[in-house]
Amino acid sequence: MVSYTIRRILQMIPVLLGATFILFAAVFALGDPSAGRCGQRPCPPGYIAKFRAEYHLDQPLLVQYGYYLGKLFRGDLGTSFYGNPVAHELAIRYPTTIKLTVIAILCEVIIGVAAGVLAGIRKGRFLDNLVLISTLLVISIPVFVIGNLAQLVFGVKLEWFPPTAGQGSLYELLLPGFVLGALSVAYISRLTRNSVVENLRTDYVRTARAKGLSNARVISVHTLRNSLIPVVTFIGTDIGSLMGGAIVTERIFNVNGIGNFIFRSINQKDGQSVVGAVLILVVVYLVMNLIVDLLYGVLDPRISND
Amino acid sequence: MASTTKLVDKTSSWQPTDGLLLEVDDLQVEFRTRDGVAKAINGVSFELREGETLSILGESGSGKSVSAQAIMGILDSPPGFITGGQVRYCGTDILTLPEEQRRRIRGPEISMVFQDALSALNPVFPVGWQIAEMFRKHRGTNRTDAMAQAVRLMERVQIPGAKQRVRAYPHQFSGGMRQRIMIAMAIALDPAVLIADEPTTALDVTVQAQIMSLLKELQTERRMGLILITHDLGVVADVADRIAVMYAGRIVEQADVFDLYAQPGHPYTEGLLESIPRLDQKGQRLAAIGGLPPNLMHIPSGCPFHPRCRYAEDVCRADPPPPLREVGVHRLAACHVSERLLAKEGTPAQAGPAPATGAGDGGGGDAGAHHGDHGDERGGDGDMDGDMGGDGDVEGGSGR
Amino acid sequence: MTDTEQLTAETRDEAARAGGSAVNTPVAGGRSLWADAWRELRHNPLFWISAVLILLIVLMAVVPQLFTSTDPTYANLSTARTPPNRAHIFGIDNQGYDIYARTIHGARASVLVGLGTAVFTLIIGGFFGLVAGYAGGWLDAVLQRIGDIFFAFPLLLGGLVFLYTFPSNPGDPFIEMVAKIILVLTIIAWPQTARVMRASVLQVKPSDYIQAARALGASGPRIIFRHILPNALGPVIVIATINLGVFIGVEATLSFLGIGLQPPTISWGIDISNASGIGLVRAAPYMLLFPSIFLSITVLAFIMLGDAVRDALDPKLR
Repeated sequence: MVSYTIRRILQMIPVLLGATFILFAAVFALGDPSAGRCGQRPCPPGYIAKFRAEYHLDQPLLVQYGYYLGKLFRGDLGTSFYGNPVAHELAIRYPTTIKLTVIAILCEVIIGVAAGVLAGIRKGRFLDNLVLISTLLVISIPVFVIGNLAQLVFGVKLEWFPPTAGQGSLYELLLPGFVLGALSVAYISRLTRNSVVENLRTDYVRTARAKGLSNARVISVHTLRNSLIPVVTFIGTDIGSLMGGAIVTERIFNVNGIGNFIFRSINQKDGQSVVGAVLILVVVYLVMNLIVDLLYGVLDPRISND
Repeated sequence: MASTTKLVDKTSSWQPTDGLLLEVDDLQVEFRTRDGVAKAINGVSFELREGETLSILGESGSGKSVSAQAIMGILDSPPGFITGGQVRYCGTDILTLPEEQRRRIRGPEISMVFQDALSALNPVFPVGWQIAEMFRKHRGTNRTDAMAQAVRLMERVQIPGAKQRVRAYPHQFSGGMRQRIMIAMAIALDPAVLIADEPTTALDVTVQAQIMSLLKELQTERRMGLILITHDLGVVADVADRIAVMYAGRIVEQADVFDLYAQPGHPYTEGLLESIPRLDQKGQRLAAIGGLPPNLMHIPSGCPFHPRCRYAEDVCRADPPPPLREVGVHRLAACHVSERLLAKEGTPAQAGPAPATGAGDGGGGDAGAHHGDHGDERGGDGDMDGDMGGDGDVEGGSGR
Repeated sequence: MTDTEQLTAETRDEAARAGGSAVNTPVAGGRSLWADAWRELRHNPLFWISAVLILLIVLMAVVPQLFTSTDPTYANLSTARTPPNRAHIFGIDNQGYDIYARTIHGARASVLVGLGTAVFTLIIGGFFGLVAGYAGGWLDAVLQRIGDIFFAFPLLLGGLVFLYTFPSNPGDPFIEMVAKIILVLTIIAWPQTARVMRASVLQVKPSDYIQAARALGASGPRIIFRHILPNALGPVIVIATINLGVFIGVEATLSFLGIGLQPPTISWGIDISNASGIGLVRAAPYMLLFPSIFLSITVLAFIMLGDAVRDALDPKLR
């Protein structure tokens, strides 16, 4: 387990370097990093020269990247359009985004797993088909459509929830959180369903029945324990899409989180903010994947003992 | 040794009369699939007494594993349905019992060992935990005591270092050790009937012998009724008291083991015995039964074996199929020409069988064939090779 | 939208499964596996529903004139925000465009992006996956790490960043904007296909019939194209089909966020973006509704087709 952990962490380092390099190259080296620094007008040459010197843009690409990495290690993500450190802009927004994400994940796990298990143990019956069809629908409708519809129905028409979430209170974030998680609820219930169906067919579940265990125990212990392994893995990779989805959801519900910050920075052509924020999200994504991988080793003894 | 193995005093309400444990009476099972109905079991009857070993012999798809699952009550349903017959345990038809009572028989009274212990043991729980679960859920034993019992059982089935390995996972054991764990779990509550479904098929030859002798030993020690399901005639000879040969969901012959080997009363049994490679007949062509086992969705009229039978007459092709009838002392056969076979002198295998080793059975081929999702032809081919002794068996036999 | 990563865990799993069934059924030239799959597909109503839908959508993309003779670029502000009626069955939007005409014409951008990205990821990802799986060793390791780097970008996030660097401007040629999105999405999405391909190659490679072919002296390319590829292709095709729907969703999302296609291009994403906003949603919900429905049905059709193909290749789950 220890050597596995170390190996996985070592494997992550080149990926992290590669990802930051690509980000850096895309926005700073290939793009025009000073674009948008001066509002809608092109920047004066003097400013561009100063800017290029500050980011060592006259040096070879790898050297530039080296300087950039050095800054990153000092926690310097650059300066935003408004002159604030990007790190600071992110720091004041991340609690909201985390709250939103946690709500989404809770929805996923609770609704998704429950629906999946029920569908799986009633394979081919009404409930199974209902889950299959409704998840297919949810998967097909893009988040921004679901978001708009949910806002219209639950926020504007029924007034069950506030239609926007400017303050970021937990209650305000319920609806956006659910919208953000909706797609993954669908995926998780399908994944759980398939996993349960497959596990119910395994020899060890047959053994569990032959042992005279109750149906509830056969399902909740012998089937579910194995069925949840792919679900846990999924939640890890899902973090990435939640972060992408957060850009859309936060925009629709006007949530003041990192997603909305990225959206605004893109529209304002605020390159440093975009790179900074995306970089943080990518790192979080990679770290979450690492954690899930390690968790996988814990959940499935066949992996960790290799 | 024996004193440490009686772990729990048996306070069972189930008491056999005259040593008669299990009576299977005209059992019928069918699988209803999209492609049609496969009649997997068509009226199987047999009895099992205390301390007796009954071997059920047959190819994949002959219905032997399905019979076992029906008796245990673990048939996958759908697609499998029991459509008729009784399974009486100590005189009570357990097929009609409510699931809750049925559950209390599974494990404490009738338990089962499966073919492939690697897939039959849950990969994510330690082996000790899985054995201890029997005590915890059926006896309400607490965690610590149940674990101690598990260790003792593992010691009983001769797993070295049981105390240290009780927390290990199934994949960390060798095939033979895993099967021992499977056995330990099955005998944990001291059941009266043990069903072993191809317990040695997935194992090496040397390990096979060890497992069989362990089973035999435990059976004698606990006076269990043992149902040994196999396709391997070699395994049967040393262990079984009686043999029931199955074909196309029917028992076609039932006899004491030596009688059966000495003089088969059914052409199918004769074919099986002839297909065993023998050391004293080097250089001869190995006889194999021509043709394929029948498709269970379209079982031939009359005797289901007639298309492959060298003795087939017109009467064999006409319905109803020959009933299982008494054809000698202690023996039954379902064949119109049994008497003629039994009257034949000295054929085919008086010297007893060579310990033929089945080349892998093909796993859960039994159930797969019935589900019939894939083309039947493919499944049929594979089964033939595995069971009836193709080239692999010849090599295996003459090597020893 | 955000689905590709979400699919990953599921599809990896599915790939293994579909690959498993492929392994069980060795085929040379892929006849019996695909013939079996086709027999299954023919009996699956979902397949026929999705096939008909896809046919209609493709037809809409190729010859929108078949469905409408209204000019989608003709705006009449005086009739803006007319609810659906006999002449304008989907109504008229807030700038005076006929919503039905715009919705029909919007199919082209979506289908082009979806199809283009799916084909390119299939070719690039399939190639690298095949090489990595077949060659193994250091080449495999290097290709995997490179894939990991791109895999670190969630599809939507990566799309945003790369399109930020190479933005499309209003008035750029249509085909250039579409090509840009295809390029960007392919760059981010190929490792997923490569992983699936690699996994199924690894699963097929140790099979007895491959060993047999090798023992009989078959050449490397012959083994790859005659034996490995037909048997490993199933899961990758499934992924490509499902992803086609996903890419269409992502394109619409990028356009919705204002960074994908740019007006005056007609696209469902842009139209939905124009229609959203609380005031407008309340005043003219039909503006939002119709392009959303068309977009969702398109995504649905491809995901359904992928599901049907997967089920056909892997009968176990039924």
